[in-house]
Amino acid sequence: MIGLTHYLTLAAMLFTIGVFGIFVNRKNIIVILMSIELILLAVNINLVAFSVYLHDVVGQIFAMFVLTVAAAEAAVGLAILVTFFRNRGDIAVDDASVMKG
Amino acid sequence: MALQAIAFYLMATVTVLAALAVVLARNPVHSVLFLITAFFSAAGLFVLIGAEFLAMLLVVVYVGAVAVLFLFVVMMLDVDFVALRQGFARYLPIGGVVAGILTIEMIVVATMIATKGAASRVSGPQAALPDVTNAETIGRVLYTDYVYFFQAAGLVLLVAMIGAIVLTLRHKPGVRRQDVSAQTARNPKSGMRMVDIQPGAGEGE
Repeated sequence: MIGLTHYLTLAAMLFTIGVFGIFVNRKNIIVILMSIELILLAVNINLVAFSVYLHDVVGQIFAMFVLTVAAAEAAVGLAILVTFFRNRGDIAVDDASVMKG
Repeated sequence: MALQAIAFYLMATVTVLAALAVVLARNPVHSVLFLITAFFSAAGLFVLIGAEFLAMLLVVVYVGAVAVLFLFVVMMLDVDFVALRQGFARYLPIGGVVAGILTIEMIVVATMIATKGAASRVSGPQAALPDVTNAETIGRVLYTDYVYFFQAAGLVLLVAMIGAIVLTLRHKPGVRRQDVSAQTARNPKSGMRMVDIQPGAGEGE
């Protein structure tokens, strides 16, 4: 019997894979953006699993909003990446210290 | 029930392996393709659990839009991806340790919530309204209780669209563009020039 625990475990594994991806691909901002998408997918799986097992549809609606924000974030992030590449000719994150932040 | 368990374990395994391949692949194009695989099998899991509308949304939005956008950018940018992998082996052990600890902690907490906590009294997966479809259930709540949030989500997408266009738009100098108002305002007086050309001397442009 597949229970709530199975889905939560899967989401936990996906989440940590995303965090791990940010750790090991520190310089490659494209993979970092993809890792963020994985993290948001894990969040969505959690929301949907709770929504279905607690018989409340609001979780799925919130997952939809998370999806919206994730799409917007990917679009703006990639636009910034393209602009950065045009200005610098490279996408190494370490070089992105012009503002001394 | 057994069939459902087989389907769950199959799609969950594919999702996790594809996610691992996303972060470990050498070629970012492969990363994007594995990301598509991960999202596709996650959509399968959503269908399995009974959230069909969100599953279709995941396929359309992620596989159809976001992943293709990633693919465009990866293929468009001429980046030396080998140089970007420097430090990969250096951060692999510490990253693996942190990820392992995080996974164990989260699984323990999730198991506690599902067996002893707030979600322990649930019977099983069940639709919120048993006699209507999943899409209708979502629509009934989304367009009534959450209509302002829905509008706000549309605004977020609009701002993101304008932002992406503003960021990537560039005006190249020296490009001749059509100027419709200048064209329609042209009359014989302004469009024609009378030149008195002397024999043997050309009219230089």
